[in-house]
Amino acid sequence: MSYNKEAEKFIDGKFKELIREKSTFRDELTYIVDKDSIIDILKFLYEDEQFEYNFLTDLTATDWPERDERHEVVYLLYSFKDNTRLRFKVRLKEGEKLQTATVIWDSANWLEREVYDLFGVYFEGHPDLTRILTPDDFEGHPLRRDYSLTYEIPQFSYNKDEPPEVI
Amino acid sequence: MGLEDKIPDGIILTTLEKMVNWSRKSSMWPFGFGLACCAIEMMSTFMAHFDLARFGMEVMRPSPRQADLMIVSGRVSNKMAPVVKRLYEQMPNPKWVISMGACASTGGVFNNYAILQGVDRIIPVDMYIPGCPPRPQQLIDGIVKLHEKVKHEKLKQPVEKGKKK
Amino acid sequence: MGPQHPATHGVLRVKLTLDGERVVEAYPVIGYLHTGIEKTAESKLYHKVVPLTDRMDYLAPMSNNLGYCLAVEKLLDLEIPAKAQWARVCLAELTRINSHLVWIGTHAIDIGAMSMALYGFRERESILHIYELVSGQRMMSSYFRIGGLSKDLPENFNEEVQKVLDMLPSRIREYEDLLTNNRIWRNRTVGVGVLSREEALKSSITGPMLRACGVKHDLRKAIPYSSYDKFDFDIPTRTGEDVFSRYEVRVEEMYQSIKIAQQAIDGMPEGAWEAKAPGIVSPPKEKILHEMEALIFHFKIVTEGFHPPEGETYVGIESPKGEIGFYIVSDGSPKPHRMRVRPPSFINLASLNKICKGGLLSDVIANIGSVDIVLGEVDR
Repeated sequence: MSYNKEAEKFIDGKFKELIREKSTFRDELTYIVDKDSIIDILKFLYEDEQFEYNFLTDLTATDWPERDERHEVVYLLYSFKDNTRLRFKVRLKEGEKLQTATVIWDSANWLEREVYDLFGVYFEGHPDLTRILTPDDFEGHPLRRDYSLTYEIPQFSYNKDEPPEVI
Repeated sequence: MGLEDKIPDGIILTTLEKMVNWSRKSSMWPFGFGLACCAIEMMSTFMAHFDLARFGMEVMRPSPRQADLMIVSGRVSNKMAPVVKRLYEQMPNPKWVISMGACASTGGVFNNYAILQGVDRIIPVDMYIPGCPPRPQQLIDGIVKLHEKVKHEKLKQPVEKGKKK
Repeated sequence: MGPQHPATHGVLRVKLTLDGERVVEAYPVIGYLHTGIEKTAESKLYHKVVPLTDRMDYLAPMSNNLGYCLAVEKLLDLEIPAKAQWARVCLAELTRINSHLVWIGTHAIDIGAMSMALYGFRERESILHIYELVSGQRMMSSYFRIGGLSKDLPENFNEEVQKVLDMLPSRIREYEDLLTNNRIWRNRTVGVGVLSREEALKSSITGPMLRACGVKHDLRKAIPYSSYDKFDFDIPTRTGEDVFSRYEVRVEEMYQSIKIAQQAIDGMPEGAWEAKAPGIVSPPKEKILHEMEALIFHFKIVTEGFHPPEGETYVGIESPKGEIGFYIVSDGSPKPHRMRVRPPSFINLASLNKICKGGLLSDVIANIGSVDIVLGEVDR
């Protein structure tokens, strides 16, 4: 098993009102929680001595444009004690703000900057929320599903005289 | 030594053009401009196995003001494009540019919002070397062909660099 | 310290605030190699993403392939035959040696030992010869595919790898003789770039940097993947927390990799090299040329792709730079909905400010070298 069954029971019991959904697809435990309580849950698990989920492996986001709550921010935690992983997800509408995780981990600084740059999710309380990967004067948020790939159609001899078409 | 055997009188007859071109091609100093994966193959070409110093490129200068040949090796992103242009303009004439790899020549595997589709959109290129990444032997072939091209350059008209479509 | 610099291992820009010779703040600016690989992967079929993953960490391309293939195989719940798993282990360890050789070459030349670059790249040529033997390409081999390998190992694979493994230990000992007890090397690296254990854990550092701070953690032992649990090796750890300990950890890792690769070729099992999954893995080439059914399967896989179940997985593996992870979200269509790469160099580089603070200007170069970054992975 690559997730901890006792941790599952513990979190189910302690945060029952805050959890919206739970899934164990392919041996991985995923919780979908309310956006206002995520930082408290992470802080509790960081300080908890029993399971020690105190290592932030990854902080990223997914975009589901057909849903009302299109942004889904994903936190992936790891415990050195029993080598298991735990995933938390938060769903946000467009324009909603989320509290920053830099109060707990330093690595969240650059990871949240990347999520802001590529998806447009705003983190409240972040010390330096600026673009990190795209140029500073870039407009738009590239990894959103409705931002086009900007694929240039290659020019062959039949269309070499026109400027390249972009889709 | 060899030169004294060939010309016992000490006089050679040649044109200034040939003399200048021969000296330019024999000691072209490359500019260390490695961007991505092709840079590793460029570094391998400079190292002991496929030695590039035997073609006169002994010294790899990190500063553009002391280099002749800029090998753009790797993908040029839109954020890096102004930097490439500025470095190119800092190089003194005569200068040559080799675009190494598929990404530098035409955008390569990546056809999206972030990569410039070919470095020849911002600077004039003399030699294109395809490959992903090109083998060191391919790079050496490209450099030897560039030397051939330099050998036939004319001295009369000024070399028009920097004026491209 | 601008994007074009001989010692920044690529296009990294560091904004340094100095007080005389002391560094007050080191702020890295990245993004000069951003390629949009994650966005491009959303528009390609699952099989066609494999060559894209090669080009992220271009010094250890096979380990990126391995991570992606393991993630998709977990999503599909595929069983990989033993021969493919052992071949993957052998080549992944050779990749680790490859990456560490480039690291030691460039790190040493930055600090001043110029001949190390020549030695490192010379050894690398023999490993690139193995890559070429197996797949035809020197660097971006894309040899691991979803379901196993792309084609069978050649007959002389064991002898060629044995030749390389016989030659390597004495060469690495030579490098150790040159550097480890060298007074200049020690002066420039011992006590430089210290990152304490608590800071490292808070900054989510993984890989040799974490092992040099005293945390004995390696994903090959913690969550074994691709039959690593059948191999016998140690995890080198040091407690120095400085540039010298990271150097020692990486050199020791090279010896352990040689040990694992030796065990892999000694005990390589026979059998199939790809899984039997008709709609997902292409049938062998001989069948495609002679049987109609195999041709149809091949055609469908290449043009339409396969439909994995809806859901998401994350698989993290131990690459030479740290923990590289692939988080794949699937919505049932043949193209991934989201492919996220957890980049070890990106997260390790974020701690550069803490490492350089209070040090000298010339130590910034040594620190950047010891973090072992590859800009292709930082920027993706």
